[in-house]
Amino acid sequence: MNPSHLVSIILGLALAAGAAQAVTLRVANQGDALSMDPHSLNESLQLTFTGNVYEPLVARDKQLGLAPGLATRWTQPKPNVWRFELRRGVKFHDGTPFTADDVVFSLGRAGPGSDMQGYTNTFKEVRKLDEHTVEIETQAPFPILPDVLTQVYVMSKKWCEDNKAQAPVDRRKGIENAASFKANGTGPFRLKERQPGARTVLVRHGAYWDKIESNVTEVVFTPIGNAATRVAALLSGEVDVIEPVPLQDVERIKASPKLKVMQGPELRTIFLGMDQKRDELLFSNVKGKNPFKDKRVRQAFYQAIDIETIKSRVMRGAALPTGLMVGPGIRGFSPEQNKRLPYDPEAAKKLLAEAGYPGGFEVALNCPNDRYVNDADICQAVAANLARIGVKVGLQTETKVTYFPKILRRDTSFYLLGWTPSTYDSHNALSALMATPTEKGQGQFNLGAYSNPKVDELTLKIQSETDQARRNALIKEAFDLHTADIGHLPLHQQSLAWAMKKSVTLVQLADNFMPYKWVTLDDKAK
Amino acid sequence: MLVFVLRRLAQAIAVMLAVAFMAFMLFQYVGDPVTHLLGQDATPAQREQLRADLGLDQPFPVQFARFVGNAVQGEFGLSLRQGQKVSTLLLERFPATLELASVAALMALSVGIPMGVYAALKRGTVMSQILMTVSLLGVSLPTFLIGILLILVFAVQLQWLPSFGRGEVISLGPWTTGLATLDGWKHLVLPATTLAVFQLTLIMRLVRAEMLEVLRSDFIRFARARGLPDRLVYFGHALKNTLVPVITITGLQLGSLIAFSIITEQVFQWPGMGLLFIQAVAFADVPVMAAYLCLIALVFVCINLVVDLLYFMVDPRLRADTSSVGKSM
Repeated sequence: MNPSHLVSIILGLALAAGAAQAVTLRVANQGDALSMDPHSLNESLQLTFTGNVYEPLVARDKQLGLAPGLATRWTQPKPNVWRFELRRGVKFHDGTPFTADDVVFSLGRAGPGSDMQGYTNTFKEVRKLDEHTVEIETQAPFPILPDVLTQVYVMSKKWCEDNKAQAPVDRRKGIENAASFKANGTGPFRLKERQPGARTVLVRHGAYWDKIESNVTEVVFTPIGNAATRVAALLSGEVDVIEPVPLQDVERIKASPKLKVMQGPELRTIFLGMDQKRDELLFSNVKGKNPFKDKRVRQAFYQAIDIETIKSRVMRGAALPTGLMVGPGIRGFSPEQNKRLPYDPEAAKKLLAEAGYPGGFEVALNCPNDRYVNDADICQAVAANLARIGVKVGLQTETKVTYFPKILRRDTSFYLLGWTPSTYDSHNALSALMATPTEKGQGQFNLGAYSNPKVDELTLKIQSETDQARRNALIKEAFDLHTADIGHLPLHQQSLAWAMKKSVTLVQLADNFMPYKWVTLDDKAK
Repeated sequence: MLVFVLRRLAQAIAVMLAVAFMAFMLFQYVGDPVTHLLGQDATPAQREQLRADLGLDQPFPVQFARFVGNAVQGEFGLSLRQGQKVSTLLLERFPATLELASVAALMALSVGIPMGVYAALKRGTVMSQILMTVSLLGVSLPTFLIGILLILVFAVQLQWLPSFGRGEVISLGPWTTGLATLDGWKHLVLPATTLAVFQLTLIMRLVRAEMLEVLRSDFIRFARARGLPDRLVYFGHALKNTLVPVITITGLQLGSLIAFSIITEQVFQWPGMGLLFIQAVAFADVPVMAAYLCLIALVFVCINLVVDLLYFMVDPRLRADTSSVGKSM
């Protein structure tokens, strides 16, 4: 055979092999990760994206359980000390070996000045014992430390120093930071190209320490803010996965032979809160007293809400009605406690009359219109429900940018909020939503100042109780008290809705994370 | 001449200051970026601290003075949302918007003028009636609807053109261009068409009206009477005189194309300044919003200045007027 012929055959084969191997996954999301710096913003989109490039000590598995990450094993030698054995042979994308120094550096970097300091402010000291062992001492016993660490990613100390990115970008001082646009992690994907707001490209990290359960070699991530455009991009085949899908388009996408929709419950619980502190409501026609201080009024509101209709009409089936302030997937959630008071407008009317409001009263309801799935529509439905028992609701919906500062000032009598415990643990919901507000930040999102000293006491105990069974019992007790008080009106967990080509296989996690290492594209099915 | 230019410049600066003031005042009410900057677990003390560090607790005049002082040096601070320099962000996004606006303007001119001429010359025919009706539709349909319809037909159904983004771009120093690649052009067609539709119909109706006006005037009648061929009368004399106001309007419309491409950029996820502005609004990213509004005001002020100067050169009456003012001073 002619040698040049042979060369061309080999070249041809090589090209064909190369073509067969290159698998590009194109993902469109409604927003963009604002920075590539994993410690700059505590927000799920940012963390799910950077979580493909960077890794935490403790990871989560496909059921959101704890799994070894950069640490292979962790133990608790003392109640307030955790010891982590680090994985050996791990290299950062630039080839630098991963050691205990990087861990000590990263946990410090995620401290004061970082948006992640909520995760690290219980730390007293982070110590390096040897190259592959690190100890974290906390101020008080902290049983959920491994959970907390799942969102704190590890950066390379040397790289940060070389790039002058020892601390997350400080908007106050007007200093930019290389870590915002560049990245060097240990994760399964490397950052190749970054155009904020337009396009971010990841490529597979060949020297990853674990087997990557995915055939994807390149990920092109595009933010598409407009919902109709996002759906159009999927329908026209320009992207493979979109998230989220607007509820009204779910059926349409399902009808396409090439596409599918994945829906599942989200960890976020949507609920209503009431001002139970002021002696007179800010926005009501009841003068001289606060009707929400009367449990019968709160119960009347609860039983007047027709949650099943909200589920079927407003949420088009994509919601899970709840009787608890935390959803499935949060530690401490118990299905037997998750029962709602029955929907009963007649009973509600009677309760209102007993409380001294036979003709009802007027109250304003504050609601965001661009934060949760169909949030303003939910409030409208609630207003209609309450009208049936004589309560006239003045609905005020507005954008989240003005909504949150307002309700955080407690400038509200009745409000809608959604909450995902950032630690995946009930303690976070108890402490932020149900404990009596204090100067130290406890009860910070308890905007109606619901207060039960027993719940406060239990919340404190839960924080440092290390025995898992006892801890769960305490959580159960606290939830029972809150439910009996009708401290808030839980509504539902909204659903995640992702849509993709049928050729895409992926894992949908209830925390709305999408690790690309679990995404597979089947070329033959295309 | 110099006095005229100086006076116009002084006016321009006054306008810019007024715009900056209004823009900045508005932002006192758009919300609090601190809620978004800090996560849900931050304490009230941390929020207060950040607000103080960012200077958001300062009285309005102090904040405004600082903003103007920095802006004069071309410094708009750091985007609260992206932690990047606002000036860098705007410079990155400017090419995308300018290319989109220019192509849209070219489309509007190259299609709108012939259509307007046709509608004027063939007044009363069925075809020109159809053109007029269709143009009414173009003026009255909202931009986002036109965009979505185009996406539905050409991207989803026919799959001829991409539905979002800018496609492949080539960097020429700080400038990125999509005009040098086929992929870039493909991505440009739908958004440019969407943006051009309104301008196109506007130009068409304007050309038609002006043309009808000119055709009625004496010099056309004389031209006809001299026995000049139709072609020369229409395109040599009539069209030339029609185009003067059309060019003025187009100049001003280029400014509004850049300013109002917000909706088109949002629908097509076009990475331009309009999209940046929308994203900034959703986050109460005050530095970006203020800088964007000032930049747009600057574009308008500059265009107006140029137009005024052109008038000054073209129209001898204006010149006589100012020179007399100059003498009296």
